[in-house]
Amino acid sequence: MSTTSLSRDPARYSYYVDDAAYRELIADFHRIRTEEPTVEDPAERDFFRRLVEREARLLDRLDFTGWMASYADECFYWVPSTPNGGDPRSEIAVMFDDRRRLGDRVYRLSTGFAWSQAPSSRTVRVVSNVEVFDCLNADQKLVRSNFMINEFWDDETRVLAGWAGHRFRRYDGKWKISAKQVNLLQCDQCIRNPSIIL
Amino acid sequence: MTHIERRTQAYDWDDLVQEDRVHESLYTDPAIFEAEMRSVFGGTWVYLAHESQIPERNDYITARLGLRPLIVTRDNEGVIRALFNRCTHRGTTLCRFEKGNKRAFQCPYHGWNFQNDGKLRGVPWPDGYAENPAHDAKFNLAQVPRVESYRGFIFATLNEAMPSLSDHLGPIKRPLDEWIDRNPGGKIIVCEANRIKYKGNWKLAYDNSGDGYHVLYSHRSLLETENRFQDEATEKGMSYYKNSPDEQPMYIQYMGNGHHFKDKRPNLQPRTGGLWAIESLHPGMEHVAEKLRSRFGAKAESFLDLAGSEPVNINIFPNLSLLGNHIQVFQPISYDETDTIWYGTKIEDVDGTMGPDVLNDINTLRMRTQEGFPNFGEVDDVTNFEQIQRGLRCREDEWIYMNRGLDIPGRIKTLEDGTLKGPATDEVFMREYIKEWKRLMKTQPKLTIRREP
Repeated sequence: MSTTSLSRDPARYSYYVDDAAYRELIADFHRIRTEEPTVEDPAERDFFRRLVEREARLLDRLDFTGWMASYADECFYWVPSTPNGGDPRSEIAVMFDDRRRLGDRVYRLSTGFAWSQAPSSRTVRVVSNVEVFDCLNADQKLVRSNFMINEFWDDETRVLAGWAGHRFRRYDGKWKISAKQVNLLQCDQCIRNPSIIL
Repeated sequence: MTHIERRTQAYDWDDLVQEDRVHESLYTDPAIFEAEMRSVFGGTWVYLAHESQIPERNDYITARLGLRPLIVTRDNEGVIRALFNRCTHRGTTLCRFEKGNKRAFQCPYHGWNFQNDGKLRGVPWPDGYAENPAHDAKFNLAQVPRVESYRGFIFATLNEAMPSLSDHLGPIKRPLDEWIDRNPGGKIIVCEANRIKYKGNWKLAYDNSGDGYHVLYSHRSLLETENRFQDEATEKGMSYYKNSPDEQPMYIQYMGNGHHFKDKRPNLQPRTGGLWAIESLHPGMEHVAEKLRSRFGAKAESFLDLAGSEPVNINIFPNLSLLGNHIQVFQPISYDETDTIWYGTKIEDVDGTMGPDVLNDINTLRMRTQEGFPNFGEVDDVTNFEQIQRGLRCREDEWIYMNRGLDIPGRIKTLEDGTLKGPATDEVFMREYIKEWKRLMKTQPKLTIRREP
């Protein structure tokens, strides 16, 4: 970059998106995709179920400030374009955002000139089947859930369905979303106006 | 003569397509759409697929020629064919998967089995037929009679009278060659896609493909987002449209046969790294740039440029548009529905100058740069396409204009090769490509199919 600033603020500069981060992402979501969930304690499951439900509520309310705050500073938001998740290093994704691009996504909606969201979609999200995986690191959990996003836009109400993987990490005692993978059923098909945050 | 041919023969094409305007029915009349699926998506060379999608013998990928479902195969001898995906017995599609590797396709309905060169290999219980269908060439699969590639891009036509693909492409081959050759060894590999559907006519996308007039307005949210940080040294993305775009060195050029070319490269600083300098901000770019610069010094810029979005629009009538590093394909579904498929491309380290680490870094970054525009730009365009389709329901207001730049002396220049060059926001390319469209609709080219003997 042309800037000489030494700042590494991930909201502004993208230094943390390196090959190690990609490999970790692929491995974590492969585990959610293929392994048995390990957490049986209902209280712990309920704790993470509430975090997933909270994220859905913030998005339904278009509370993007609150939503951004629920993500870690160094985070990923990934919507693969293939049903097997794929490898984002060699495949185009429907969406693949770091912290700054999430900021772009939210900023664009605030410009008043994002025609694809003028007027905004109205959504109600249903999340269910929340299952939790323990990790070697006690400050990380993986969560699998199913979702249905009911979206009304331009005379049409449609359902975007699929399952999501969340990687939660604990920072100073607070659990944040470190990465989210959204697996749309129609991820490899043409989708009309794919411009809401999933 | 088919029903559609008879019906559309009654149209007065010279009234519907005039020098400065076209009639709304070009976008709203289902009969015109049906006729287009024959005379345009059948009567001229249409893009089907890229050879990197079927690299090995017996690879196949399904595609469409207009609405016709096809299986594009590289057969056991290595010949690329465009087979009708239609069983010759009862009409069933044979293949329902997007891609794969198969020497034969067996019909799921009655079990007729076809080789990937189209020949019928056998049918169940042939003694129930007076003559075994496998011995009669009329039961071999229909296939598109003309299939040709230009540097990996596979096209097909049902019109046997068409000139060779290379001659038909003509002057558009120059920017196409440059687009291909900017990559190491002139090699690209198609890798998945961003896929967006809109409820509007396919020509709304082709009208848009060379349109420099809409950028500042339709893409205002993108331009503002790309430049939301005030401390960047250079303006990002398509910011050059902000200052009197017709006075910038970029230009639009009509290349004949419906093809056209928007060249924004002259706006860039003419130096290695000039492309990278205006690339908007994407995940991982500072990390890769820092890593490569510390390892390679000034040479890093030439690698980074390979991940940058080439500022051209190479539009090949009727359904192919190369922009940035994308191969975009327009797929008509009905008169008011279109799929746009933005295939990504990656590069290969053809001569070993990059090494696997750099190749991985550049291709990864190239995925991220390519995701930018479909996410933050195209969604606003297709919303405007849909709203045109809606506006055209005001049937009594009949005309759509493309007269920007018309009748201004000296504005459009005719070059030696017969191509037409004008300022960036000129609609000359719309006026010209629609003449080619009209010629095809008027002449109704004779369409034929072929079968293996």
